[in-house]
Amino acid sequence: MNIIVCMKQTFDTEARIVLENGAVKEDGVQFIINPYDEYAVEEAIKLKEAEGGVVTVVTVGPARVEEAIRTALAMGADEAIHVEDEAAFGDEVTVSEVLAAVIKDRPYDLIIAGNQAVDDGSGQVAVRVAELLGVPHISTVTKLEINGGEVVAERDAEGDTEIVTAPLPVLVTAQQGLNEPRYPSLIGIRKASKKPIAKVAVAELGLDALAIARRSSVVEIVLPAAKGAGRVLEGDTGARAQALVRELRQTSKVL
Amino acid sequence: MNSSTRERGAQFFVAEGNANSVFTPEDFTEEHRMIARTTAEFINGEILPVAEQLEHQDWDLTVKLLRKAGDLGLLAADVPEAYDGLGLDKVSSSLITEQITRGGSFALSHGAHVGIGSLPIVYFGNDSQKKKYLPDLASGNKLAAYALTEPGSGSDALGARTTAKLSADGQYYILNGTKQFITNSAFADLFIIYAKIDGEQFSAFIVERDSPGLSTGPEEKKMGIKASSTRPLILEDVRVPVENLLGDPGRGHVIAFNILNIGRYKLAVGCVGGAKEALETSIRYAKTREQFNRPIASFPLIQGKIADMAMRTFVAESIVYRTTGAIDQALEEIDLSGADAGRKAAKAIEEFAIECSINKVFGSETLDFVVDEGVQIHGGAGFIQDYPIERMYRDSRINRIFEGTNEINRLLIPGTLMKKALKGEVALLPAAQALQQELMGPIEPADESEVLGPERHAVAMVRKLFLFAGGLAVQKYGQKLEQEQEVLADLADLGIALYGMESALLRAQKAQTNGHHHAALQAEYVRLYVAETFPEAERLTKDILAIMEDGDGLRTSLSVLRKLTRLLPPNTMALKRGIAARLLEVEKYLA
Repeated sequence: MNIIVCMKQTFDTEARIVLENGAVKEDGVQFIINPYDEYAVEEAIKLKEAEGGVVTVVTVGPARVEEAIRTALAMGADEAIHVEDEAAFGDEVTVSEVLAAVIKDRPYDLIIAGNQAVDDGSGQVAVRVAELLGVPHISTVTKLEINGGEVVAERDAEGDTEIVTAPLPVLVTAQQGLNEPRYPSLIGIRKASKKPIAKVAVAELGLDALAIARRSSVVEIVLPAAKGAGRVLEGDTGARAQALVRELRQTSKVL
Repeated sequence: MNSSTRERGAQFFVAEGNANSVFTPEDFTEEHRMIARTTAEFINGEILPVAEQLEHQDWDLTVKLLRKAGDLGLLAADVPEAYDGLGLDKVSSSLITEQITRGGSFALSHGAHVGIGSLPIVYFGNDSQKKKYLPDLASGNKLAAYALTEPGSGSDALGARTTAKLSADGQYYILNGTKQFITNSAFADLFIIYAKIDGEQFSAFIVERDSPGLSTGPEEKKMGIKASSTRPLILEDVRVPVENLLGDPGRGHVIAFNILNIGRYKLAVGCVGGAKEALETSIRYAKTREQFNRPIASFPLIQGKIADMAMRTFVAESIVYRTTGAIDQALEEIDLSGADAGRKAAKAIEEFAIECSINKVFGSETLDFVVDEGVQIHGGAGFIQDYPIERMYRDSRINRIFEGTNEINRLLIPGTLMKKALKGEVALLPAAQALQQELMGPIEPADESEVLGPERHAVAMVRKLFLFAGGLAVQKYGQKLEQEQEVLADLADLGIALYGMESALLRAQKAQTNGHHHAALQAEYVRLYVAETFPEAERLTKDILAIMEDGDGLRTSLSVLRKLTRLLPPNTMALKRGIAARLLEVEKYLA
């Protein structure tokens, strides 16, 4: 089975984020595989271990992204394609066009991506890729099985679980709970240094940089407002309910 | 790395180092960083969640986690590939050690197994011993311990009383004696035990746990590192097959001292990991703890502590990776395929015995300084066991004692240097003679217009102080200098200051040349360290001079000293506030 994983390198959102000149300061920031994409990598490797096949990681980003690629290869992916080209660094439109162009001429049965990126919260890229390739997609998957020529997936549906089937080839996006990603072992890390990473430029993909240029622009990046201290409402249940509704109406204006 | 440019052991005493040939953490490869990250993830995912349980000595859990570490390859770094290990470089195994230390004293169980437990076989085992034991040690299938110390022999390791007697049929050595403070003794499957054949020939043996007559005493109730097992080991007529003699009979000291060299720099690497953890814990506390309606991190005296903790950690880190990198470069010159590869490797590491001692002293004293200031930043909370800094403070203390006390290591630094000079491995005498000539004329002042110019000057001057004081000491005492422990310790501290200042300086210079984004911060660390250490080097020299001379002789020497110690001090208040501001912003160690 040929499995393709769409992966993004993000900064570690659990570390302290500092903004400078309207951007996240990269100084002191640790870069990681987007955690949802890590589920995707893990699932692909598990499927390969069970069914056989080849796992190819595809990613877009600057030179530093190579460390994330090596990590995926160390976990057990077989090969990688890295689009390290300024023309590919745009918004969801740009990246999905690039990824689809990379994938379309390759053999694939299954494409797995993260459900969203933790840095900018984007959840569009993978589903756009499915659309561009003309394959079905199943998003926010928490369980995945291959059953002959089709996949059976469980997905989050507003607190319930929906069971969805689709024929291969198909694109699925990974949700938290799908699996527990492994740490790359030291043997895996050693092997990863010998696995191939193909570098591809936008022009080589037959794409017109202008046509895929970003359609949106970032106006401003701000940190979330500092959380104020909480307040415990006093009195009996009735009084507390009334006070709560009043607060929700007047102070936070959510009602 | 070209052999003509590689760092040579102890050369820093006589010649200026070269920023291009020192290894620095900025030289870590992608593979190095990934190994560090896997180790960190193992600590975060497997060790920290059960840290409390480990602290209460659940040995089954410790063994399970060591095996899990084995599955990831974290026990195989130093074992050659031919014996199912990974055969990684020393920088990789050091990075594993540094990260593991962040998980508390589980690091001791790991370190004793992969270090003193396994390395004697890696370096001194014969092929059949290696084949028999190393694959299991690399996987964690078998766990190892090391038994050198005895109730009556600690620093005087060769004074061991444990005996080995060849059996009448020549098939076994029969071991009798008691070993003390044996790490991993609760669960180790394999012990490296030192004993004297016929009460004379100090030798090492591989002894399996299930050997009849081998038993352990009760767990010691320790001040710290409680997650590690420490017991006495009792040997009563333990029959050890002759093929388990490790190395040649009567050559156990070679094994013991070589393993100590490695143990010493690895201990320092662990101290760097511990210091970073204590620093970051203290930074987070200082930012949340409020007094006078503001976080205590906003007070300059707290900031000063944070800056000093980070600066010392930076210097320690610069030292340990300079030494580790230099050892790797030396090992690259060796053909590691032959049967005697292990011995050759141990010999190559021995070239850096002085650096290993410096690492040990500087690393352990840095960690002790950092945890002490960490407790101080925590105030009363630092004295309460609910706060991790309390454990770190207790765990730190042993580092100044084991792997050779810091006192023994201080004596070893000038002692080993003199031996190297006599063997012609370091051109100490020509350097001291050249200095005497130089001191007749004027000394070039520091170039204050150059970035780190004063610091470069300070390093050059401390080298001269060492050669000046050391040269006079050799003239005065000759061979008897060995008995002048106070002078030796002062000389050792001068040597440590020199290696520390130079390692930090070369790293910062290299970072600057390569446009590293923390080059400016590194330069601030160097300026602060030199500002605090240069006056100390002057004091040490003065102390040595006053021990050896008096009256006009002393006055003449002090006038020379003054020539060498002219340096404008920087504004340390500005430096400390600047450093602290950076670290408080990101809440972690930066370099």
